Amino acid sequence: MDQSISELSERIREAVAQKRALRIRAGGSKDFYAYKLEGEPLDVSGYRGVVDYEPSELVMTARAGTPLAEIEDALAAGGQMLACEPPYFGPHATLGGCVAAGFSGPRRASAGPVRDFVLGTRVLNSAGENLRFGGQVMKNVAGFDVSRLMTGSFGTLGVILEVSLKVLPRPEEELTLRFQMDEAKAIEAMNRWAGQPLPISATCHAGSALTVRLSGSKLGVAAARTKIGGDLVPEGQAFWRAVREQTLDAFRGPLWRLSIKSTTPPLALPGRQVIEWNGSLRWVACDAPAQLVFEAARKAGGHATRFRASRGTPIMRLDPAVLELHKRLKAALDPSGIFGPHRLHPDF
Amino acid sequence: MGKPEILQPPVQPVLHQADLLRRLAAALPPDCLLHEREDLVPYECDGLSAHCQVPLAVALPENEDQVRDVLRICSQARVPVVARGAGTGLSGGAMPHSQGVTLALSKLKSILAIDPAARTARVQPGVRNLAISEAAAVHGLYYAPDPSSQIACSIGGNVAENSGGVHCLKYGLTGHNLLMLRVVTIDGELLEIGSEGLDAPGYDLLALITGSEGLLGVVTEVTVKLLPKPVKAQVILAAFDSVVKAGEAVAQIIAAGCIPAGLEMMDKLAVAAVEQFVHAGYPLDAEAILLCECDGTAEEVAVEIERVSQVMRASGATDIRLSRDDAERLKFWSGRKAAFPAVGRILPDYYCMDGTIPKKKLGEVLAGIGALSKQFGLSCPNVFHAGDGNLHPLIMFDANEGDQAQRAEAFGARILELCIEAGGTITGEHGVGIEKIDQMCLQFGTGELSCFLAVKHALDPHALLNPGKAVPTLHRCAEFGAMRVHRGQEKFPELPRF
Repeated sequence: MDQSISELSERIREAVAQKRALRIRAGGSKDFYAYKLEGEPLDVSGYRGVVDYEPSELVMTARAGTPLAEIEDALAAGGQMLACEPPYFGPHATLGGCVAAGFSGPRRASAGPVRDFVLGTRVLNSAGENLRFGGQVMKNVAGFDVSRLMTGSFGTLGVILEVSLKVLPRPEEELTLRFQMDEAKAIEAMNRWAGQPLPISATCHAGSALTVRLSGSKLGVAAARTKIGGDLVPEGQAFWRAVREQTLDAFRGPLWRLSIKSTTPPLALPGRQVIEWNGSLRWVACDAPAQLVFEAARKAGGHATRFRASRGTPIMRLDPAVLELHKRLKAALDPSGIFGPHRLHPDF
Repeated sequence: MGKPEILQPPVQPVLHQADLLRRLAAALPPDCLLHEREDLVPYECDGLSAHCQVPLAVALPENEDQVRDVLRICSQARVPVVARGAGTGLSGGAMPHSQGVTLALSKLKSILAIDPAARTARVQPGVRNLAISEAAAVHGLYYAPDPSSQIACSIGGNVAENSGGVHCLKYGLTGHNLLMLRVVTIDGELLEIGSEGLDAPGYDLLALITGSEGLLGVVTEVTVKLLPKPVKAQVILAAFDSVVKAGEAVAQIIAAGCIPAGLEMMDKLAVAAVEQFVHAGYPLDAEAILLCECDGTAEEVAVEIERVSQVMRASGATDIRLSRDDAERLKFWSGRKAAFPAVGRILPDYYCMDGTIPKKKLGEVLAGIGALSKQFGLSCPNVFHAGDGNLHPLIMFDANEGDQAQRAEAFGARILELCIEAGGTITGEHGVGIEKIDQMCLQFGTGELSCFLAVKHALDPHALLNPGKAVPTLHRCAEFGAMRVHRGQEKFPELPRF
C-alpha cells in the first residue's frame, strides 16, 4: 500500500512545529554510517514503486522506498543496469537509501558514481513542500544541481521521494581474471591498464591477488583478455558481489575508507588493505589513531572517512572553509535543523 | 526556505567609482584593469550578442591571489562581479553588469601539471578546452567533453556552464569529468572542492558548483580526468525519408544495448545549409540524417558498427555509408560541426536554442517547431544531439529586417515552452544565463526557486556574483507571469535587476 506524500508532509510540519528531529529511514541498511543517529524515524519505505521506465530513454523513475532489488530486477528485464553498482549492505536496501548514501560499487571507476546517474529528484523540504529538481532527461543545466547535492547527503537536507536515474545497457560479456601480485605491483598495473583503451570495469587487490573484471562485447572482452593475461576466475560474479557488499574477510573490523590519488604507493598504515577503483580507493581495516589515517589520506591528495566504527567517533574531517559552507547549506535547506542532525558531522 | 531579504535589491555600493577603481588598480599589475569605454566595449557581450552591456571595469588578474583581492574589494564595496572565461557562452551568462566589474580569467591560462600515470590534468581556468587534449595527446590521453566551441572556449567557462558536447552521450558532461576545483567565494575565501581521488566526504559541492553559472564562486583551478584515446573511431552516415523514422532508429540503437560515442541528427534544412558551405557529402534528398560514431578497440568498433547498421536498416534508413578512414570520418563530422556558421551564411543572424526532451517526444516537438516556424514566418533548421535528446533549433533571421529579431526571440521562447510541455528542460548545455531567465519561471515553481535562492544566499549573501542571471527572483517571475497574459503583444519590459 502506498504511503501518501501528504502524510509525510504532515509529519515534517509537526516536527518543525515541535522542534523534534527526524531521521529519514527505509530499510535501515546504511544505519551503520553515522556520527550520531538522532531523531525519531521517518519511515519512507511505504512510498514505493517504479513510476516510469522505458529502456530506449535510458531513464527509470521510481519512488524512494522501492527496494533496490526490485529496481535492479526491473532493469535486468530491460537488459539494463545501475552502472554505479551500488552496494546494498542489507536485504532491505531501497533506492532512496542508495541515493541518500551515494555509495558506489566496483564499477564506479569506469562507469561513474551514483550521483552521475541521478537526473532528477522529487524532494520534501522542511516546510513539507513537494519540490522537483532536475528531470527525466539526460542533459539538463537549468538551476543549481540540487538533485546531485541530495545524493550522499544522508537525509540531512530533505526527504528524497522519487528519483529519476540514468541507466545503461548490461554488457554482452563479462569475465573475471586474477593475477598473483603484491600491492605495489597491483597499483602500478591498475593505473597502467586504466591509461589504455581496455574494457576494464572493476579492479580489486586483496591479500596477494589482483582481480580484474572485463565488460563489453564478446570480441572486445576476448581481445582484452589476450592482451592482459591472468587466470580466469570461474565465480567472478560472486567475487564482485562480495567486494561490493564487503563480505570478504579483508573488510572485517573497524574500517577506514581512503579516497586518494590512484598512483599512491601502498599506504604505511597497519591492518589489512583492499584496493579498488584503479588504486584510488583504499579500504584499511585497522584501529590506528584517527589523526594518523586522516593525515595519510591528506598526503595522498584525498580524504579518509571512518566507514564502520562505533557511534560518536567523527566520520570525516572537513577543511574549515568547506565545513563552514556545509553549515550554511544545511541552514539554507533545512533552517529548522530537523533532518538528521549530526548524522554526518558534530557541527551540522 | 528562501530568506525574504535575498529578494530585495542589494545595498547601494559603498564606494565611489573612482575609489573602487583606485583600489582595484592597487591590487592588480599595470594593464590589468580596463575602465576606458573603448577598452570595455570588447567585453560587452559573450556569444549571445543580442544582449550587450558595457561594464564599469574589467579586471584581468594574473594569479589566484589577485582574483581573491578583486573579489574582496568588490565584496566590501558591494559591487557586482561577473566572471568571464573565453566569452563563447550562448546564453549571455557573461554579459556584464553596468555597475559591476567583469572578472576576466583569460590571463590564467597555464596548464599546471599533467600526470599521465594518474590520468589527470591540473589547469588554470583560462586554458582552452582543446588545449588540454592537445597537451595530453603525447601520453595517449585526452579530455573527453568537447563542446562545439572547443578550440576557443575555456575550461573555467565549461565548469560554470557544465558544458556538454558531441560525445557526452558516452563520456558525460563537464561535471562527470572533474576531480577537483579551487573556488574563490565572493569574500575572497578559497575553497578546495573534490580531491585527487574520485570523491570527497560531505555534501557534493563539486556537483553544486559545476553549472552554477558564476553565481556561487569563481573557479581558479580545475583538475580534470583524462581518458585513454580510443584505438579506433568510425562513423556511420545514414539517411532517412522522415524525421520520425530517424528518431525511431535512435531509440532502437539504444534499446539494442549500444551507447555510441556520438549520435547526431540533422534535418533537411540543416543538411541543405551545411552542404552549400562545407560539402560534407550529405544526401540532399533525405528528410533527416544520422551521424553515429562508434569508438573503442578495433574489435569493439567492428561489433558496434555492424549492430548499429543493422538497426538503422531495420528502421528504414534509405542510405548507409561508413567512414573508410579517419579523413572521411572527419569529413562526415565537418558538416555537423559547421552547422551553426553555415546557417549564419544564409541569413545574417541566427538564434541557437538548446532544449532537451525525452527522445520519444522528438516527432511531436519537431512538428511543433515546424508549425511555429510557419506562424512566426522564420526558417528553423534543426541539429540535434539525438542520443541524449538535446535539440538545437537554429532560428534564422535578419535583425535589420523589420521585427524579425523580436519574432525570433518570441519563437525561441515558444520552443522552450514546447520542451517543458514535452517533459524536458529549457537548457541541455548552454545554461540559463540572461537568455532563459524568464523561462526558469515556467520550468520551476516558487518552492524550487526559493531553494535555489537559499543556496545562492548561503554562498553569496549580498547577491553580488553574476546578479540577474540563471536564477530569477520570485519578484521577476511574478512580473513575468503577469506579462504572459498579454503574450505576443509586446516585449517583456526589463525589470529592475541586480
